[in-house]
Amino acid sequence: MPRLPISKTPKCYVGGKFIRSESARTFPLNDATGEFFAHMPQCTRKDVRNAVEVAAKAGGGWAGRSAYNRGQILYRLAEMLEPRTAELVNALTLGGATVAEAKKEVAATIDRIVHYAGWTDKFEQILGNVNPVALPHFNFTVTESMGVIGVVAPDEAPLLGLLTCILPAVTAGNSVVVITSETAPYPAIALGEMLATSDLPGGVVNLLSGFRKEMVPTFATHEHIRGIGGVVNAADRKALEIGGAESMKRVKVFNTADAIDWYAGEGPKASLYAIADFLEYKTTWHPVGA
Amino acid sequence: MPTAAHKKSKSSPRRRSEPELIFGDLWEFDPAPESADPKLQARYRLFIGGKFVAPKSGKYFPSFNPATAKPIAEIAMASPADVDAAYQAAAKAAPAWANLPGAERGKYLYRIARLLQDRAREFAVAETLDGGKPIKESRDFDVPVAAAHFFYHAGWADKLAYAFPGATPQPHGVVGQVIPWNFPLLMLAWKIAPAIATGNTVVLKPAETTSITALKFAEIVQEAGVPPGVINIVTGAGVTGAAVVNHPTAAKVAFTGSTDVGKLIMRSTAGTGKKLTLELGGKAANIVFEDAPLDQAVEGIVNGIFFNQGHVCCAGSRLLVQESIAEAVLKRLRNRVEVLRVGNPMDKNTDIGAINSKEQLDKIAGLVKAGQAEGAEMFQPKCKLPREGWFFKPTLFSGVEQSHRIVREEIFGPVLSILTFRTVSEAVEKANNTAYGLSAGVWTEKGSRILKMSTELKAGVIWANTYNKFDPTSPFGGYKESGFGREGGKQGLADYVKLT
Repeated sequence: MPRLPISKTPKCYVGGKFIRSESARTFPLNDATGEFFAHMPQCTRKDVRNAVEVAAKAGGGWAGRSAYNRGQILYRLAEMLEPRTAELVNALTLGGATVAEAKKEVAATIDRIVHYAGWTDKFEQILGNVNPVALPHFNFTVTESMGVIGVVAPDEAPLLGLLTCILPAVTAGNSVVVITSETAPYPAIALGEMLATSDLPGGVVNLLSGFRKEMVPTFATHEHIRGIGGVVNAADRKALEIGGAESMKRVKVFNTADAIDWYAGEGPKASLYAIADFLEYKTTWHPVGA
Repeated sequence: MPTAAHKKSKSSPRRRSEPELIFGDLWEFDPAPESADPKLQARYRLFIGGKFVAPKSGKYFPSFNPATAKPIAEIAMASPADVDAAYQAAAKAAPAWANLPGAERGKYLYRIARLLQDRAREFAVAETLDGGKPIKESRDFDVPVAAAHFFYHAGWADKLAYAFPGATPQPHGVVGQVIPWNFPLLMLAWKIAPAIATGNTVVLKPAETTSITALKFAEIVQEAGVPPGVINIVTGAGVTGAAVVNHPTAAKVAFTGSTDVGKLIMRSTAGTGKKLTLELGGKAANIVFEDAPLDQAVEGIVNGIFFNQGHVCCAGSRLLVQESIAEAVLKRLRNRVEVLRVGNPMDKNTDIGAINSKEQLDKIAGLVKAGQAEGAEMFQPKCKLPREGWFFKPTLFSGVEQSHRIVREEIFGPVLSILTFRTVSEAVEKANNTAYGLSAGVWTEKGSRILKMSTELKAGVIWANTYNKFDPTSPFGGYKESGFGREGGKQGLADYVKLT
């Protein structure tokens, strides 16, 4: 008699823990053949607010770590994904990708993590500088992370696109609250389980499954979200910009309508400038003289 | 537990007597030896083309433990023919390595960094055994910072275009590298990490007295699966070094060592078109102003000169202290030096370990004699030195003049010369009055003065209210006869690429 396998209850990775939606709502997810696979948490605006709270708490500690330490932790994340390639490939094929496509996407995702791991202790050396002011002052500009960044993940390339949107913000020292792919939410569940085994502090990356129309309005208006990244349609973009005006949010999003090549070089945007999207610049003046 | 004693100061009646920290005199420390296995081999061969190979001459020389003066392993003596074989292997590996996508090259460096971290304690013990430095330094500084250099440069491999805007960075080809004995593994990391990250292949010669961690590193190169020939390690003495420097295949030569040898290398590569970077000697001024936090300054002075037995090119070997606080500083310094623990480098409590070689011990002793002969006042603590091995007491010279040999020459040992100054401009004048220009220290609570001093001092690294700080992201290198080129940071990377 064949053994009956255990099926997994998908849970969202928030604040270093695995949660169901506070609303106790779910939506059914079918596999590529149309067969029922699992019930996904349908996160709400309240889940967004809870996630922002834990992200804000985790953010200071993450930004305060040395750049070297942040780099090693991101590299550790790549080390956690590589041996779990098969699981991620399965998660991607569930959404309709072929095995070959899924393998390609997983490999590109791991390489992208390694790429950003290398940026943590370098972006400052390129984005910051000393300014030769005409006064007897030493004047320098350094970058600083913003805080909590909201990310709306793309539907396509549900693993590579997701991480390509998360990594720049996290590399910069921010923490993120992410609305994962609506059509292929399962890879983000698998990713959460790998984040949990990496050394990334809980709360730095928070992944919420559910529907954009339910969560984007809260992204737009939540005062503690300092910037928005990811991929949105024209209506959501406008809503985010209108809502974000009140607290001067940095809205740095791609448009759903644009064809994005997630595999291109460092992603849809040169990585250094993707990091810069979620940094502030701070300039300090100090007199020079005996 | 430290105890405080109040003593009346007879020499400065106007100053209130200060409480004095006394530690270590209530009972003797128990020995705390590090016992991890350094996993040494009895005999080390050359590492060429990804394999350990016997030297063509069949000759080996002993490597000594400076703490016992006893041999611990045999090291292959590479002849010019062996060096040629290493260059051939490096040249063969060069095109494929240079053409590998940066991200893939970087992954090899990440692997090396991780493997070094995995074997950190083993490497630290081997480093201390072979070089004589205190285990707390090899464990907490040399090995972790070496791994950090590979980690940092790993990340540059696929980001070179960002480091050099407006230009196309290309590797030089094969780089010949010769490193010193004071930080054997760390200097190897400073040399190899930026070279291979930028797509060069290397032939590296460690110092004659400290080859072991370089050859253990070669094991890591194998474990990491680095393509054969990308990293080659040849061991030996001056003849081997000359062969590395003068080989026609070397597109670039990088050397860290004495200024005398640096000058020889510059002459011997003259006209060959080889790119050259030299990180040479120093005679750094550590400048203490009267508003400095004195306890921190004294710790900084001690660290500046006694770190690694003073075998440090950037050692703060000239203390310049403002006249008004000279007496107070000297008193605290003597008290501090009195409680430094000198002895078995493998003991976790040891502050000052063994002098790297008999030759270096003789050189230090000779210069200290010259200091006494020239009339400087010498202070040494009452500590007992081990009966075997090569050791030297931490030594302070006060009453020195600018013309004294101990002020002008690099001693490369635990010997500090103390001078005084009255004004900022006098401090600058005295600090810059040297042929060297590697580093300097400034101690003052006044930020504007730090920046003024940093502007005026002719040295490649300025430490303010700290000393002997190193990081892969921070460029290190000298002005004047301390050499040229930088290691670390973007500037260090630039020395390993051709910009077209």
